[in-house]
Amino acid sequence: MHQLTLANISKALAAKQFSARELTSHLLSRIEQLDPQLNSFITVSKESALQQATAADELRSSGINAPLLGLPIAHKDLFCTEGVRTSCASKTLDNFIAPYTATVVDKLNTAGFISLGKLNMDEFAMGSSGETSFYGPSKNPWDTQRIPGGSSSGSAVAVAARLIPVSTGSDSGGSIRQPAAFTGLTGIKPTYGRISRWGMTAYASSLDQAGFLAHNAEDCAMLLQATAGFDERDSTSSQQPVDDYAATLTQPLKGLRIGLPKEYFSSDLDSRIGDVVNNSIEQLKQLGATFVEISLPSLPHAVPAYYVIASAEASTNLARFDGVRFGHRCADPKNLEDLYLRSRDEAFGKEVKRRIMIGTYALSTGYYDAYYLKAQKIRRLIKNDFVSAFKDVDLILGPTTPNLPWLLGSKTNDPVAAYLEDIYTVPANLAGIPGLSMPAGMIDGLPVGVQLLAPYFQEARLLQVAHQFQQHTDWHARTPAGF
Amino acid sequence: MQWETVIGLEIHAQLATNTKIFSGSSTTFGAEPNTQASLIDLAMPGTLPVLNQEAVRMACMFGLAVDAHIAEHNIFARKNYFYPDLPKGYQTSQMDDPIVGVGHMDIALEDGSIKRVGITRAHLEEDAGKSLHEDFSGMTGIDLNRAGTPLLEIVSEPELSNAKEAVAYAKAIHTLVRYLNICDGNMAEGSFRCDCNVSIRPKGQSTLGTRTEIKNVNSFRFIERAINHEIQRQIELIEDGGKVTQETRLYDPSKDETRSMRSKEEANDYRYFPCPDLLPIHIPREMLEELRTHLPELPTHKRERFEKEFGLSTYDASVLSASREMANYFEEVEKICQDAKLATNWVMGELSSLLNKENLDITQPPVSAKQLGGMLLRIKDNTISGKIAKMVFEAMAAGEGDADQVIEQRGLKQVTDSGAIEAMLDDVLAANAEQVEQYRASDENKRGKMFGFFVGQAMRASKGKANPQQVNDLLKKKLEQ
Repeated sequence: MHQLTLANISKALAAKQFSARELTSHLLSRIEQLDPQLNSFITVSKESALQQATAADELRSSGINAPLLGLPIAHKDLFCTEGVRTSCASKTLDNFIAPYTATVVDKLNTAGFISLGKLNMDEFAMGSSGETSFYGPSKNPWDTQRIPGGSSSGSAVAVAARLIPVSTGSDSGGSIRQPAAFTGLTGIKPTYGRISRWGMTAYASSLDQAGFLAHNAEDCAMLLQATAGFDERDSTSSQQPVDDYAATLTQPLKGLRIGLPKEYFSSDLDSRIGDVVNNSIEQLKQLGATFVEISLPSLPHAVPAYYVIASAEASTNLARFDGVRFGHRCADPKNLEDLYLRSRDEAFGKEVKRRIMIGTYALSTGYYDAYYLKAQKIRRLIKNDFVSAFKDVDLILGPTTPNLPWLLGSKTNDPVAAYLEDIYTVPANLAGIPGLSMPAGMIDGLPVGVQLLAPYFQEARLLQVAHQFQQHTDWHARTPAGF
Repeated sequence: MQWETVIGLEIHAQLATNTKIFSGSSTTFGAEPNTQASLIDLAMPGTLPVLNQEAVRMACMFGLAVDAHIAEHNIFARKNYFYPDLPKGYQTSQMDDPIVGVGHMDIALEDGSIKRVGITRAHLEEDAGKSLHEDFSGMTGIDLNRAGTPLLEIVSEPELSNAKEAVAYAKAIHTLVRYLNICDGNMAEGSFRCDCNVSIRPKGQSTLGTRTEIKNVNSFRFIERAINHEIQRQIELIEDGGKVTQETRLYDPSKDETRSMRSKEEANDYRYFPCPDLLPIHIPREMLEELRTHLPELPTHKRERFEKEFGLSTYDASVLSASREMANYFEEVEKICQDAKLATNWVMGELSSLLNKENLDITQPPVSAKQLGGMLLRIKDNTISGKIAKMVFEAMAAGEGDADQVIEQRGLKQVTDSGAIEAMLDDVLAANAEQVEQYRASDENKRGKMFGFFVGQAMRASKGKANPQQVNDLLKKKLEQ
């Protein structure tokens, strides 16, 4: 049961091969048994999940056959879920029970999904390894000595280890695509504004985008279909009509022009990953796609620009965690300043503090022009790079990450080295375009991802190419030993 | 040394929207603490602002009324600082691209001249909540009902040269926002408050002196007092060899003094930057044209029209146009009685003193415009005298119905039957035969004085109902006999 994709579970439930209750109990017992070594869940909602499953079975037996009814999922712990702790993997919100539900979760609940709990992540989505979590790092099921990537670390681990078939994640600089690549999953970051941000705790508001991790493109398409669209509670969500993603999955790739940006194949790239990417290019050529080399000249500036903008936004987004209304408050504050200083000092982790400091600095009088404003200019250049590239090509392809998942703890003391690992993923966030990572090979028993980038609101094209690729490869179907 | 003063005002006008600027919470004043604070107002994680278009419309109306440039695109910025009544840790405001740009306001000075005061800008922002320092035994309470209430901050050029001008300007803005129906102007509830920037310089010097900012002054009287006090303080400071430091000060009305809140060095670095949660505000030109056609008659235009149309003095016209409600009341009375002078006298006289006495404003008049107009008609057609009219007015105020009902029920109809008046006068003269003798024996001068006595007796005898003119004429005739 736990090896099935979402699409197959849907069919099996409809065919009454098993009940939602049977499936849910099975997955809950796997979580109980396997998660202690993986640490992918922060909160397991056992009782409410079983209740929802029973309710779903009752609905089904009363003749309701909604395709998503009774499907299991779990959510990154920055999506607010009413009545359930929403911690953002921070001590700050360790005691925070959300009083409302995020739009993404709400839409999935309404469609019939059952939530099994809340997933581990880098604290406030700040990190690329999962190691900044207050609840400890999640482990990569392909090699538990290694990081699974982040910040959607638990979202990747739980799906890769077959504890749940799919999960929600968020991606501000690669936080879905990079862990998907590191754990052998398909992860989609839609266009900025495609899915509402209402209820998704903000890290970097102009970059944050909710998305999904799953085994294949077909499952991503089902999830995107259920959640995309305008939300009047999020002014930055898009009014652009939502495509029928399933409808185009099966279309052939003949005539598709794919761009290969030379900046994605520089010396920073692990050559073995380069080989995996080349193999996937060959595969796609056989399916009818043609390839051209392109250039995204501003790409080398993307990482510094990203860390200035994201940190600037984070520094003010996190100002609300002041110990006054909710979250951690220090004991016996002497006065207001003491309340602020100790509440925040005690509860924020090192990486969060680092980014608040960077962001505060970048926005300060006298530094604003040199940092924040300059970063915004670079952002515009990067956006323009993509816009002009997409005049020639339908899609862009490259590696998702320059390196394989690293050993736990190996980059903890070198934040800049860790930041540079984001080089291939941050440009899509800066430009706001959609991206997808799909499994395309293995090196030393570790999965490798290939990234696809598309023009604004062309998620259907990303999903189509990944789906066609997955019809002719089995990288996405591999399971780590022991899971 | 001769000093001159330079004053600029920043006025915060709370916009009269039903809901907050970025949430659907009510903006009603005086509710139980924190009952009008939604998830957004509490800055719960994951919440997002959605702009209230009504606030945009109101800001545009103000911009049009002060003849200002209104930006087609303008943006919100975050103003970052920590305070317990500021839930997000930043105030959503406007910095580089305000909605209303350069405009101006004409104010009438005491000498009757008109001064044009420049308006630098006006921008939209959200109000903070309130910190309550009393009744919590050493702790501070936070009430977030006000957090997120829309404000229009109206910034003047430093072009006001004394406290009286500053008050005249503040009053003109106050009148305008109430005319436009975009602010209730209630200063006691903080709907209209003022920061005063004050500096002095030697007369003739062109560069500005160091300014201080007096925060949150909430009455016109206090604006005048606070500024005058601050000017005096600065002069004394400089003449004693000191220097003015740039700082924020607070006016304490109970002591009539200003005191330092924080200096420039202690001031926050607000780290303004464009708010990524809100799209730029787009104001289509057609929307402005549409709004322009819906602008009400503005105070200045109304005052000029009253002068021209009704022949009122500038003073009377400006009192009667001070609020839209007052002007409407006056115009309704005038329309019924068709006598602008009579209407002016009664509205500015009896009605205003009644309102003062009862501590009411023109929106809750104890005597309606229709009632007053109806009563003035009865004066004009001689049904009642001016004196009786005061009785009728009081009776109407006491809820005894309209003028005709009061006149009827109390039998106040003026007696104009000259036969009846003559008979009454004969009785009065007979009862005062001695005085009649004296009168007839006196010279013109003495007679003039005594005549009043007979009129008084006659009016008393008629209970004030006899037509005064007829009483005068007939009495004279009878005494001369």
